[in-house]
Amino acid sequence: MDEKVLSRDFEVSHLYQIDTYLQRGGYEAARQALRMKPEEIVEEVKKASLRGRGGAGFPAGMKWSFVPKVDKPKYLCVNADEGEPGTFKDRFIMSHNPHLLLEGITITSYAVGINLAFIYIRGEYERIAQRLEAAISEAREKGFLGKNIFGSGFNLEVVVHRGAGAYICGEETALLESLEGKRGHPRLKPPFPAAVGLFQMPTVINNVETISTVPLIIKNGASWFTSLGLPKDGGTRLFGVSGMVERPGIYELPVGTPLRKIIFEYAGGVKNGRKLKGVIPGGMSAPILLPEEIDVPMDCESVAKAGSMLGSGAIIVLDDQTPILEVLRLVAKFYSHESCGQCTPCRIGTSWINKIVRRMARGEGRKGDVDEIERLASQIKGRTLCPLGDAAAMPILAIVQKFREELEAALR
Amino acid sequence: MSMPSWETLRQEVESLAARYPKKEAAILPALHLVQRKLGYISPEGEKFVAQVLGVRPVRVREVVTFYTMFSQKPLGKYHLQVCSNLSCTLNGSQTLLDYLREKLGIEPGETTPDGRITLSTVECLGACDQAPCLMVNDDLYGRLDKPKLEALLASLE
Repeated sequence: MDEKVLSRDFEVSHLYQIDTYLQRGGYEAARQALRMKPEEIVEEVKKASLRGRGGAGFPAGMKWSFVPKVDKPKYLCVNADEGEPGTFKDRFIMSHNPHLLLEGITITSYAVGINLAFIYIRGEYERIAQRLEAAISEAREKGFLGKNIFGSGFNLEVVVHRGAGAYICGEETALLESLEGKRGHPRLKPPFPAAVGLFQMPTVINNVETISTVPLIIKNGASWFTSLGLPKDGGTRLFGVSGMVERPGIYELPVGTPLRKIIFEYAGGVKNGRKLKGVIPGGMSAPILLPEEIDVPMDCESVAKAGSMLGSGAIIVLDDQTPILEVLRLVAKFYSHESCGQCTPCRIGTSWINKIVRRMARGEGRKGDVDEIERLASQIKGRTLCPLGDAAAMPILAIVQKFREELEAALR
Repeated sequence: MSMPSWETLRQEVESLAARYPKKEAAILPALHLVQRKLGYISPEGEKFVAQVLGVRPVRVREVVTFYTMFSQKPLGKYHLQVCSNLSCTLNGSQTLLDYLREKLGIEPGETTPDGRITLSTVECLGACDQAPCLMVNDDLYGRLDKPKLEALLASLE
């Protein structure tokens, strides 16, 4: 199947302007949704098996149903922090079609009973934040945001909140802290944000792609959506392919499309006709797969079974001329830079590993260094408050275990 | 950079704060505003944000020092941030960085003596399909090579 659904109109010029979006059937799903009962929407999204597109893959409808039906303010936070290396799909959605995201926000907010939504966007996306703000003004002018939307009595305001350069703020509870004007230090869970979130109120946090998919489900129905993908993992996904590949870019494909097919059929294979060395299938946090391991279908469960994770669907291709030590150096550098410093195993572990790897990269590696990296990474894994510890440990362990010989050869 | 009036800034910060259920949620947006107006977060800028939002100065300090985008030193007129993450490195971002270091005579984290250009390395900018890429202030430039970078540098006044 080559049919695009989410990104169908993305090549239409000026789609980011509301009049163009309306010509393409925009805001019809929101209009339709606001005539439904909120619980019908939640039920439909549950049936659609829409799994979170940000990294954790949690079913979106189920997340919404965890929000207690209490009479206090509830908030929606759209996670547009997009910091996972290799990931650029949310940039793609927001720059081409900001109104699709706003329409998804309207439907989601109505379904959960939310009147104030925040888009937490990484600070480096200033131009995209401006585009979102322009889209919000357009939608307000048309009465699609603000008071009494489509005459339904439903009110909604959307605020764009800029981050300031911290990968950790993509973690949902760090995002909440950051939105409250604090350092991005993750919170202990439970309580989960659905019960105690932003400003201590019930809060839904979903990724940009997840929310942007909601209007399609409302318009076409849950069974249409699951028929595109898999029964337990519905729809299409925006796979971002980069690295040493002929045609880097975003490929919208059904959930479950084999990784090998994405790289070789869609993205044109390894750059300059070289051989494949390995693939990172779901952003830098995802353990590397070897060439013989890439026949895996790209859905949450299958990639987990293959020992990695689908994450944000960001595929980074490595060719046979890429030294694995260089890859390890960049992974170690990234996590030691981005560890927020709250948990000791992650703070000390990532910087310790980074020091060893830097020394190895200078040609001053010592006997036992590879084992030491493995030992340190194992001691981060499972011992931190938030998933960043595991996100650092897992790819490092996979590199060490799958490329031990090459790394050992770099030692004196 | 011309000095804005603190009174105008105060009004802007207050209108930012009005968008949130709690005023202190506007600390990050207020700091972005101050940095845009002053070129960096000066000690006065920090105190100003704390005062307008009604928080202790240490609450602002901890935010300024946590987030990499907030600079406690004046930034150049142009801030060049070269992506040093995986997809960009595979596609030659180190060569671009070396060119800039040589051409500008500064290391990452430094500003040219005339205050024109600050050079930084940055983690993934979310534009890996356009690797190697860099940012000049708010704008992204991708699929760069040396000739394109030379042209880009020449276009900066």
